[in-house]
Amino acid sequence: MMTTTTTPLIRFLLRTADDNLVLAQRLGALLARMPELEEDIAVANVCLDHLGQARSLYAHAAILEGLGRSEDDLAMLRDERQFLNATLVEQPDVDFAHTIVRQFFVDAYQVPFYDVLCGASDPVLAGIAEKAVKEARYHLRRSATWVVRLGDGTEESHDRTQAAVDLLWRYTGDLLALDEIEETLVADGVLPSLDGVRGVFDATVASVFAEATLTLPTDPYQRLGGRAGVHTEQFGHLLPEMQRLYRSHPGARW
Amino acid sequence: MSASEQGWPLWEVFVRADRGLNHVHAGSVHAADAETALQAARDVYTRRAEGVSIWVVRSTEIVASDPDRRDDWFGDLKPYRHPTFYEIPDAIGHM
Amino acid sequence: MTVTDETTEAALQERFDATLADGRKIEPRDWMPEPYRQTMIRQIAQHAHSEVIGQQPEGNWITRAPTLARKAVLVAKVQDEAGHGLYLYSACETLGISRDELNRRLHEGRQKYSSIFNYPTLTWADVGAIGWLVDGAAITNQVMLTRTSYGPYARAMIRICKEESFHQRQGFEIMHTLATGTDEQRAMAQDALDRWWWPSISMFGPPDAESVHTEQSVAWGIKLETNDQLRQKFVDQTVPQADYLGLRIPDPDLRWNEERGHYDFGAIDWDDFWKVVRGDGPCNRERLEHKRATWEAGAWVREAALAHAAKKSGRDTTTEEAR
Repeated sequence: MMTTTTTPLIRFLLRTADDNLVLAQRLGALLARMPELEEDIAVANVCLDHLGQARSLYAHAAILEGLGRSEDDLAMLRDERQFLNATLVEQPDVDFAHTIVRQFFVDAYQVPFYDVLCGASDPVLAGIAEKAVKEARYHLRRSATWVVRLGDGTEESHDRTQAAVDLLWRYTGDLLALDEIEETLVADGVLPSLDGVRGVFDATVASVFAEATLTLPTDPYQRLGGRAGVHTEQFGHLLPEMQRLYRSHPGARW
Repeated sequence: MSASEQGWPLWEVFVRADRGLNHVHAGSVHAADAETALQAARDVYTRRAEGVSIWVVRSTEIVASDPDRRDDWFGDLKPYRHPTFYEIPDAIGHM
Repeated sequence: MTVTDETTEAALQERFDATLADGRKIEPRDWMPEPYRQTMIRQIAQHAHSEVIGQQPEGNWITRAPTLARKAVLVAKVQDEAGHGLYLYSACETLGISRDELNRRLHEGRQKYSSIFNYPTLTWADVGAIGWLVDGAAITNQVMLTRTSYGPYARAMIRICKEESFHQRQGFEIMHTLATGTDEQRAMAQDALDRWWWPSISMFGPPDAESVHTEQSVAWGIKLETNDQLRQKFVDQTVPQADYLGLRIPDPDLRWNEERGHYDFGAIDWDDFWKVVRGDGPCNRERLEHKRATWEAGAWVREAALAHAAKKSGRDTTTEEAR
């Protein structure tokens, strides 16, 4: 099958956009389900930020592609195997602990990740990153605060949060892994090196987990594959819900 | 829901929209501690506008005057402190 | 004004009445008659509950919004509703009641929320219809409430009105896009209007002849116009909008009355209205069950936050509870 996502930069933009869109899709389902009204408002803010990042990245990818695709064509008309998000963001919200731990892992990654992208040679990408890194820092402050409170709160909250960590840790590798796409972009001078991201991520996790009295699982297994469109089975349910209306009325304006 | 469940305490929120202005009371939020109260206040009352200063104070820490004792506190006006007390000749212009 | 004994209730009542008569605000620590306090608590709380429950029917479409732009606007709108609920709870708490107690009253059915949220959002067009009709109806009320006598409530309403401006526009714009779209989209819009029209005009409450307007409500700035006046205002402004959309309002008796200078409209089914208000509408049970279940599911989270705070401040939680 002829794929239009052939340049490394376009592919990189799409997968970063996909990370943010799929996470926003998860978060959007949580409004009116949070433990307090203040948290409904907070989760909506985070959702809007990720959605905004996704839309900016899709718009830029679409321009570089030059095929006249819109952000909605990219979000609504690609199939499971064409989405390039990491497996972490598609994991479901089993409970508030899962929501927070998933978010914390994403935030701990996105701060150093977007920080590096601020130095991208592509000015549009650098501009997107400059806004996104501020949002990621804000998100990290919130999610880290919650990880500590849940990890070092009650026995129940500790157990639930540790269970969330034990389950979600295996999907973080997909977010952090660097492959030939990044290698090429760095070698071509499009991006500064991303080698330092994992170190910052690990340090953030270690420091917050220490305060939260949480531990990392000993099982080293990582469920990779998202970057190649090999998602977890969760994803096959998320996508149709998001895409159905757009696909049911081809060509309609909304 | 446990009948003995304790709620999150109430915090009053004061926002200074910009340098040069005062902090103004904006409302209240519920939070378990100061850090999360500050985060909630930022989300709710500023929609995260930058450059905004926020104070949160536990509502129980606020000490207020009693409005019904208004005459006792404020009845003893010292009129010479108020600018309209003085007559400025028109020739001086605005002061 | 001089009074011989400031602490007599009569004197306090006089001062209270004079404040209202002057069009000045009653503020949180002012003396106020108990019926005023209780009426304000109920009024503000039910307004807050409506905002919070309102998140459900609209939030229902966030994951399925047809485009990313529509998804973003809908999230922002539902977020605003949560925010408005919060401002109103905050205002209500200044009257000497906790948000937890207000939650309890809602969960136990002792306080209500606007009946309009007891209807299901079956299609994307329902999101448009709610924005256009329900927010439209709410706005006619809201501007009036910015002049209400209780300071914190009035200030919350001013904040709310500032943020409300895009809600109705968003809804109308959705309806317009659908009404001028494909045949399926047009049918979707018409179907939504067919289902939401009558509940929306019922939002203004029972006819004046049957509802209790005390002079109190007017004096307290809760009701500055009657139900029928507000309903007529809403119909008059909305019919031309429906005409512009090319959609048909499901009322065979709707017609312009040249003499009155207003639209005549058909009889509302008040039996159905009361049925829904009393708890037997299509979604009453679901809305409250969702709210209660969400609250209960979040108990361990709220407890954890308190436990952590107590640990940090070095005091035992049980000691706090014993105080």
